[in-house]
Amino acid sequence: MTDLTRLSGHDQAGLLRTGEVSSRELAAAHLDAAERQNRALNAWLSIDRERAIAEAVAADATLAGARRKGAPALDALHPLFGLPVALKDLVSLAGGQCTAGSKILAGYLAPYDARITERLRAVSAVVLGKTNMDEFAMGSSTEHSAYGPTANPWALDRVPGGSSGGSAAAVAAYHAPFSLGTDTGGSIRQPAALCGIVGLKPTYGRVSRYGIVAFASSLDQIGPFGRDVRDAAALLHAVAGRDERDSTSAPEPVPDELLRLPGDDQAATSLRGKRLGLPKEYFVAGMEPGVEARVREAVAALEAAGARVDEVSLPHTEYGLATYYIVAPAEASANLARYDGIRYGPRLGDGDMLTNYLATRGQGFGPEVKRRIMLGTYALSAGYYDAYYLKAQKVRTLIKGDFDTLFGAGFDALVAPTSPSVAFRFGARLADPVSMYLSDACTLPVNMAGLPGLSVPCGLSEGLPVGLQLIGPAWSELELFRIARGYEAITADAEWRGLEPAELALADDPATPTPAERAAGLAAAAH
Amino acid sequence: MATLSRADVEHVAHLARLGLSEEELARLEGQLNHILDQYAILARLDTNDIPPTAQTIELENILRDDVPGPSLPLEAVLRNAAQTHAGFIVVPPIMGTGE
Repeated sequence: MTDLTRLSGHDQAGLLRTGEVSSRELAAAHLDAAERQNRALNAWLSIDRERAIAEAVAADATLAGARRKGAPALDALHPLFGLPVALKDLVSLAGGQCTAGSKILAGYLAPYDARITERLRAVSAVVLGKTNMDEFAMGSSTEHSAYGPTANPWALDRVPGGSSGGSAAAVAAYHAPFSLGTDTGGSIRQPAALCGIVGLKPTYGRVSRYGIVAFASSLDQIGPFGRDVRDAAALLHAVAGRDERDSTSAPEPVPDELLRLPGDDQAATSLRGKRLGLPKEYFVAGMEPGVEARVREAVAALEAAGARVDEVSLPHTEYGLATYYIVAPAEASANLARYDGIRYGPRLGDGDMLTNYLATRGQGFGPEVKRRIMLGTYALSAGYYDAYYLKAQKVRTLIKGDFDTLFGAGFDALVAPTSPSVAFRFGARLADPVSMYLSDACTLPVNMAGLPGLSVPCGLSEGLPVGLQLIGPAWSELELFRIARGYEAITADAEWRGLEPAELALADDPATPTPAERAAGLAAAAH
Repeated sequence: MATLSRADVEHVAHLARLGLSEEELARLEGQLNHILDQYAILARLDTNDIPPTAQTIELENILRDDVPGPSLPLEAVLRNAAQTHAGFIVVPPIMGTGE
């Protein structure tokens, strides 16, 4: 019997429809893998076998009914029907934990479903559990989780990226074919790149954020992970769309063509005549040579398939990091004011209101979250608003203008590295926050401009995955997925595509250290 | 751009209602100043005539009909609170006990 977890989501969907497997068997196979390997990977903060199996059994009953009714009823089922999905632990699922990777939400149980959770229920996808993340999605390594770091399945002493590191590692490790994350400055694309999978940050407003723990409200967006382009596109289709409970979700139609991406032959020929821009500023100083080499090889492959690639300029790229690290912390400091120990979460201190606030927030938040709250509070405080926040909002206009100029000139998409480096070792960037922030230099301008960005694997450097980023104009997710599908088709036979994450098998060994133990070992060795 | 003194760091921590240890305050003073140094690059840009961008998609205000709908049951709202009494959340006195 083949290992069901190794199949793509769309292949699993095919077997469900022919009756060769049940949703219950798929859920059980993935739950077994997740439970067996979570000690070594710490990708999951909670796994709810009982609920998942119940949902899968219900899906099997629906499927049996559809089969009796015939082909049209089967065809009406969404491609995600009956398939396992993982949720980043900042997505509300009624009655379930939702820690956002923070101690300040320990014990909190979500009173209602997020919009995207409702959407997953509506298509009968099966939620297996909740995944690890940097606290409040602030970080690029998942080391800022209050519940310990996640290991990268390619090298267990390295980070999976972040902040959606648990969602990326779970899909890379075959614990689920699909997962959802959020991306404020790169938190889907960078972990997708570092774990060797596909991840999309959709256009701002594409997916409703109702029921999601907020970080920076003018930047946050929810998006899908998958091991291939088709799976990521199908998951976007399932969760996207207008929701009146999130006034920033846009009334843009969600194209059904997301479910009908072309097969290899057609996808490869569709690259002909595409106009792609290669922004020279994204090949930043400090980029690892192996990363640059893989990205340039991918660009050459796209050109060989008939795409027209021109070097272009996004002249305000160098201002992105500073702008982002004013805007995002400022918005975070406002959003995180709600964690006061009054309505939810542990209440610390035993005195007056102020004493309790100081204790609850001082002890409940971790160091990175406190750093950002401090930065944001300062940037918004009396006398500094114009110098920081207003200035950053103005520079944001210039950054967005760079992209508008290129897309106005007819480029279908921009091609760039997703991350300047491959997965780094635990601890390597913890001591210097600015070095961690640089992890997102190639992704955060895309959030500043509200645009969609897609990361797809494009090979290995020193045995670790490299991501290729495609950036498009607003609402161009379908076009990005088509180009990515074309790239997948022309590299279908590449040797690296057939490889499993190099150290995944080690995660089966109960003697393998936990990520927290590895991180502690590396920290001790550094001293 | 400004430099944060230790007193500034304490003031900002108070504004943010963060109770920080001496060690945290000392570490943050160094780290925040290092991060603020990175912001200096923005001074190179003349932005006097540039309008600020607060949101990137051109959505107008979207209003919906003012129709009451179901809301969460009281017990669901109160379940996560640290202390409740008779359908209310209990908080410490805010204005002094007034004895």
